[in-house]
Amino acid sequence: MARIISKRTLTPVTRMFVVEAPLIAAAARPGQFVIVRVREDGERIPLTIADYDGDRGEITIVVQEVGVTTRLLGALGEGDDILDVAGPLGAAPEIAPGGHVVGVGGGFGAAALLCLMRDLTGRGEQTTAIVGAREKDLLILTDELRAVCGGLELCTDDGSAGFKGFVTERLQQLIDGDGSGSGAGRPDRVLAIGPMPMMRAVADTTRAAGIETLVSMDPLMIDGTGMCGGCRITVAGEVKFACVDGPFFDAHQVDFDEAVRRNKMYADLEHQAIERQATACQSAAGGAGCRSSEPIRRRCPSAMPAFAPTTSSRSTRAMICSAQCSRLNAACAARTPSASRGVPCASRSRTSSTP
Amino acid sequence: MRIPIPDFIHAIAAGDMTQAASILRGANPLPAICGRVCPQESQCEERCHMSNRFNAAAIGHLERFVADWERGQPANGGAPKPWRDEKIAVVGSGPAGLVCAGQLADMGYPVTVFEALHAPGGVLRYGIPEFRLPNAVLDWEIDVLRQRGVQILTNVIVGKTIALDDLLEKMGFAAIFIGTGAGLPKFLGIPGENLNGVFSANEFLTRINLMRAYESTADTPMKVGKRVAVIGSGNTAMDTVRSSLRMGAEEGLIVYRRSEAEMTARIEEYHHAIEEGVQFHWLTNPVEVLGNDEGWVTGLKCQVMELGEPDESGRARPVPVAGSEFVIPVDNVVLSIGTTPNPLLLSSTTGLETDRWGCLVADEKDGRTTRARIYAGGDVVTGAATVILAAGAGKNAAEAIHRDLSEAGEAADG
Repeated sequence: MARIISKRTLTPVTRMFVVEAPLIAAAARPGQFVIVRVREDGERIPLTIADYDGDRGEITIVVQEVGVTTRLLGALGEGDDILDVAGPLGAAPEIAPGGHVVGVGGGFGAAALLCLMRDLTGRGEQTTAIVGAREKDLLILTDELRAVCGGLELCTDDGSAGFKGFVTERLQQLIDGDGSGSGAGRPDRVLAIGPMPMMRAVADTTRAAGIETLVSMDPLMIDGTGMCGGCRITVAGEVKFACVDGPFFDAHQVDFDEAVRRNKMYADLEHQAIERQATACQSAAGGAGCRSSEPIRRRCPSAMPAFAPTTSSRSTRAMICSAQCSRLNAACAARTPSASRGVPCASRSRTSSTP
Repeated sequence: MRIPIPDFIHAIAAGDMTQAASILRGANPLPAICGRVCPQESQCEERCHMSNRFNAAAIGHLERFVADWERGQPANGGAPKPWRDEKIAVVGSGPAGLVCAGQLADMGYPVTVFEALHAPGGVLRYGIPEFRLPNAVLDWEIDVLRQRGVQILTNVIVGKTIALDDLLEKMGFAAIFIGTGAGLPKFLGIPGENLNGVFSANEFLTRINLMRAYESTADTPMKVGKRVAVIGSGNTAMDTVRSSLRMGAEEGLIVYRRSEAEMTARIEEYHHAIEEGVQFHWLTNPVEVLGNDEGWVTGLKCQVMELGEPDESGRARPVPVAGSEFVIPVDNVVLSIGTTPNPLLLSSTTGLETDRWGCLVADEKDGRTTRARIYAGGDVVTGAATVILAAGAGKNAAEAIHRDLSEAGEAADG
């Protein structure tokens, strides 16, 4: 059991929890994750530790409600207990000293940059964070990130804040030496955290420029300790377990095709589970899942319309776009009682319901 | 385990079940479990004096019978509080850890068991299926240990959540028993092994046993197709293939590169698998997992083997027959080709010696490792073996811990 100390709503589907977990907080290093379970018979899902405070005995996790478990978790409030929280798992990324480190955070992946960038800035590195979202209101933790980074670059698809475009486009500008607007320099190392298609797009962007890039992989996991092998990914032709060998890997060596395919293994079952949850939610008033779903279900159609991929010629753009689409649509579908939305919630993200 | 077998059988014959249960439990803290899952035919029953003239006494079934009788009795209201001062930490709540904890608690030590998963039991929980060891039985055995004063902390990954050395230095434990098992699954390294629908037996069984994927109320999904091929021939392979049938597979296949004679499963498990209609492909070596355009498994490409000269294990070495490749159409492939100790704890701790297989070096008789106050036993030392061997190692280590702490205490007093 881990007590929720405080809860903040960052976007309509993104919540931040500060959780009492003294042992984990004392042992945590930047970039590690915890495994969380929220109910008996519930699944175990990995969540990145966004921040930790060993003195206070608290860790911070950010959850995007995209699947059954993340919805249940999102419905918990201050003073509630999370059934199981185990960690810290995985290893902190090894980033050689010196040079300009650029952290790229897609969507709620921005949260995971928090303690990573603080740690790097704290040890004297030159740091910049690039974070992106569809629109200004969906950008999260910008003040917190600004406080721990040398520079902060905001990107929105609609231009409502910062750079108009995707994080990879801004990253490309910095690589090209065009830090216009902020004066940010060319990156020497890049660290990307977010949905798989976004990390893949970052890898593609930095590959040509030969910039060392790490991505934080989030395959499906069960135990998180190397026992099941469900999280295996291929890196430079070798099979690795993301839970113990990672989660950080050389972005240019990761077999993303395989990783994306493996993460979709249960997409259909997950979709059914979400529908069942919505049905159960409607029929049984007062269940834990219902607490937050009612207002969001009403809000959902207007706040997050079904978002069709654009037909941009740039592959990276299409990829990020499709990630955002499926993420938003999945979240939306989770809130929509009927199963009529045609877009499958296939893209699993860091907080998706990972069995 | 050094159970006084004639004594407990005499007690059963005399109708004194309380006495039989007391004798049994004094020697083995997990009788209901061992009575179910241990290979008695190669342990107690192999050495049974009765077998000279008759068949061996069914010691395993008697053990199970007594333990199940005890399970139906009212709880005895808890054990006395630990009367010794030295706290003992047990890392891992599998058979070795639970037995070690139970024995030490009976000797009066305050014992804390640290378990990485959300439920205790280790391989008894995530590995052995319900049809061989019901969760209710495991829960009861663990409850009995708790009543005897054993404290179990779940969700603590020693080596990650707490460093092993912190248990000694910061948390004041006098001794540590490591019983972390052999939890790291092996893969074959053949093409197609990462296709969707390929699992390690650990993952396959964990989804079912620990995460209860067979229940409609459970959130962890499981996809079992019509034909499931399990690679390997050990007890875990039999558990896996029989589980797949219960999860809805129409056909369960065992694919093994050696022959029936080299099979490592208990004969009883093999018979159960035959009874349930499992198909056995002996002398069949998988060389590639085949998939469709979406990346899902469609078949297993194999080659026919023949037996050659004995290899380093003393068993006839399987040799491929040239040009014998063929494809078995399957929907799932599950690898049950063995496990090795999980390096997570050992790699984060200094001074603990391991051998070339990654097994922790510890004395077979007393569990002493290369570091003082740290003991180990079970699969982490031997590599994947049986519940009874792990339980025995836990018991031996408990006695060694008691001996060493007593001697240290006397030296300090003197």
